[in-house]
Amino acid sequence: MTDVSQPNSAGTPQSSLHRLDARTKRRNAAESRFKFYGIVAILIGLLMLVTLLYTILSKGTGAFSQTFVTMQVELLESKLDKSGTRDLEKIKKVTTFGYAPLIKGAFEKSVLEHGIDTDLKTKDMAKILSKSAASQLRGYVIANPDKIGETIEFRFLANSRVDGYLKGRVSRESIANDKNITAAQLDFVDQLIAAGVLEKTFNIDFIIGADASDQRPEAAGIGVAMVGSLFMMLVVLALALPIGVAASIYLEEFAPKNWITDIIEVNISNLAAVPSIVFGILGLAVFINYMHLPQSAPLVGGLVLTLMTLPTIIISTRAALKAVPPSIRDAALGVGASKMQAVFHHVLPLAAPGILTGTIIGLAQALGETAPLLLIGMIGFIASNMPETIGEGLLSPNSAMPAQIYEWAKRADPAFYERAWGGIIILLIFLISMNTLAVILRRRFERRW
Amino acid sequence: MYDIAKMGTDVDQNTTKISARNVQVYYGDTHAIKDVNVEIGARSVTAFIGPSGCGKSTFLRCINRMNDTIDVCRVDGDILIDGEDIYDKRVDPVQLRAKVGMVFQKPNPFPKSIYDNIAYGPRIHGLAKNKADLDEIVEKSLRRGAIWNEVKDRLHAPGTGLSGGQQQRLCIARAIATEPEVLLMDEPCSALDPIATAQVEELIDELRNQFSVVIVTHSMQQAARVSQKTAFFHLGNLVEYGDTSQIFTNPQDERTESYITGRIG
Ligand SMILES: Nc1ncnc2c1ncn2[C@@H]1O[C@H](COP(=O)(O)OP(=O)(O)OP(=O)(O)O)[C@@H](O)[C@H]1O
Ligand SMILES: [Mg+2]
Repeated sequence: MTDVSQPNSAGTPQSSLHRLDARTKRRNAAESRFKFYGIVAILIGLLMLVTLLYTILSKGTGAFSQTFVTMQVELLESKLDKSGTRDLEKIKKVTTFGYAPLIKGAFEKSVLEHGIDTDLKTKDMAKILSKSAASQLRGYVIANPDKIGETIEFRFLANSRVDGYLKGRVSRESIANDKNITAAQLDFVDQLIAAGVLEKTFNIDFIIGADASDQRPEAAGIGVAMVGSLFMMLVVLALALPIGVAASIYLEEFAPKNWITDIIEVNISNLAAVPSIVFGILGLAVFINYMHLPQSAPLVGGLVLTLMTLPTIIISTRAALKAVPPSIRDAALGVGASKMQAVFHHVLPLAAPGILTGTIIGLAQALGETAPLLLIGMIGFIASNMPETIGEGLLSPNSAMPAQIYEWAKRADPAFYERAWGGIIILLIFLISMNTLAVILRRRFERRW
Repeated sequence: MYDIAKMGTDVDQNTTKISARNVQVYYGDTHAIKDVNVEIGARSVTAFIGPSGCGKSTFLRCINRMNDTIDVCRVDGDILIDGEDIYDKRVDPVQLRAKVGMVFQKPNPFPKSIYDNIAYGPRIHGLAKNKADLDEIVEKSLRRGAIWNEVKDRLHAPGTGLSGGQQQRLCIARAIATEPEVLLMDEPCSALDPIATAQVEELIDELRNQFSVVIVTHSMQQAARVSQKTAFFHLGNLVEYGDTSQIFTNPQDERTESYITGRIG
């Protein structure tokens, strides 16, 4: 056998390394085929991702800009504060109906000044403004009563049809049956754009503002829902992290390995697979019906999401603890450390990156969770007021980002639909930043050793 | 070849530090240690020799109750240190391990700085009153562990960044930093070069003045060089136990003889 594989004495080898034998060829072919499949799989995945991102961005970016009409409004004392005392109580008695004429007047004046020639009546001109204009003006006057009598420049929202016209959603053909806007008004809008009175700009209120009722999609923002989500995440973090980590440390390091802990272990894994709506109905039954916590409150939402996040945190924490080599525990015990010292001084620091990653990913999941919020009344609630204190933030009814998105997507007006996509962009930005943070933290900690 | 002169000079040598009576160890159904009786002297070095898998490490781990951490492991019988049963309910294994230090078969430094590796034990036992004290303990331990010269310039570099042999000496230094009364060493020199081995053996010889040292080794020469007593294990049995000189020159049991002459192992 040995002499077969060896070159003979004349020095001519039996086989050449420069020629591939059939076996090697087949192996190499299989390998290239496998690589090809892999690349195809990745390309399919990438294509889906790109489609998703493209759809979201193309549909959602519109929500971040809004059409505004700029005008000079004279805050007539005769209309707003007849007594002239600047008494806030009396000023507050003037309703938005009292402010509407001021806006109409100001708008008409502005149109004349810019030399815009139109057949529209003042009433129809003012219709291109958002219904929120009067309340915006009223809010300003109540906040600054000393400005009564002066002429101030205001930027009022245009109504959603006009906004849609500027964004290409509304056209002269599409409004044939629309009672809210006429072709003549659109002509007027074109004139206003030419005069620079009306323009589409970035709208910070979409990000920081409150939700609005069905008639005013142009005024709706996701800010309050964002605060709702923030408070829920605080509750989840404050409860799920300590409970989850403590439970995992106990189970992994201290608990005896017997059938009871086996059952607990299996059940925790099962819990992770329980549909979130089940946690929602549990929250409704326990936190609201039995414990009488307020409905729609971020505290309740946070409690429900805590139940949901706990298994995720426990599973990832246990995995992180398991990954710490047992020799480290032996080393610590060997120099006379107690079990607890071994865990807290040596095991936990090594497991920290894994725990952190698990926690952040659990939080990100909770942030995007919608179904359980349905049952505790956070969906369908119009989040119109910013909470003023932490207690109010936790207990007063609010919405959450995914709930708000769902709510908008459900409403009839296409202007809300656009906002739903805009909301998704914001939600995704949050999720991506959280996941990035998880990656960065993990890298950071890992590099220490 | 065998340094018999050393023996018998130490008054304390014959007082018993550790005594094991009818010790049985089971890993689940495996009977790993079978009825071992042994008396280990204070201020002396005892070597455990025997073929791989015969239970040397297992028995060593009984002496500081490290086997407690293995769920399937069960220990029967009594092990007394200074006449006290260490498997008594009143004994806290943590307190026991402060008294019985251990160097493991595989080097296992903490993933912390070299300094912290050594300082950890003294810190948790409150052996140092202040930073200067601690610095001194660290230096002394590293010197005794025969590694000071190699690490003195990088005390704050991670201990895991050392070579295997350096890590083992670091672990030895870590074990003696807490001043235990008994030191258990599981093949401390298996990853060391001859120079470091000589240094560690010198250390063991020095430790003998204060401590009772039990060392597991696969090197007959090492057992002969450093120990006063030798125990030969085979398949979980303690086959022969006696003065090192006698075991190596005139073994009573056939199995011992075959092992030390290299016929089984
Ligand atoms: N954690 C464990 N679980 C189950 N069985 C074990 C465990 N540790 C050791 N054993 C078994 O116990 C027996 C003795 O093992 P031990 O580690 O004491 O051998 P050793 O003499 O130290 O060998 P070596 O010289 O190779 O280190 C072996 O048969 C081994 O398979
Ligand atoms: Mg061993």
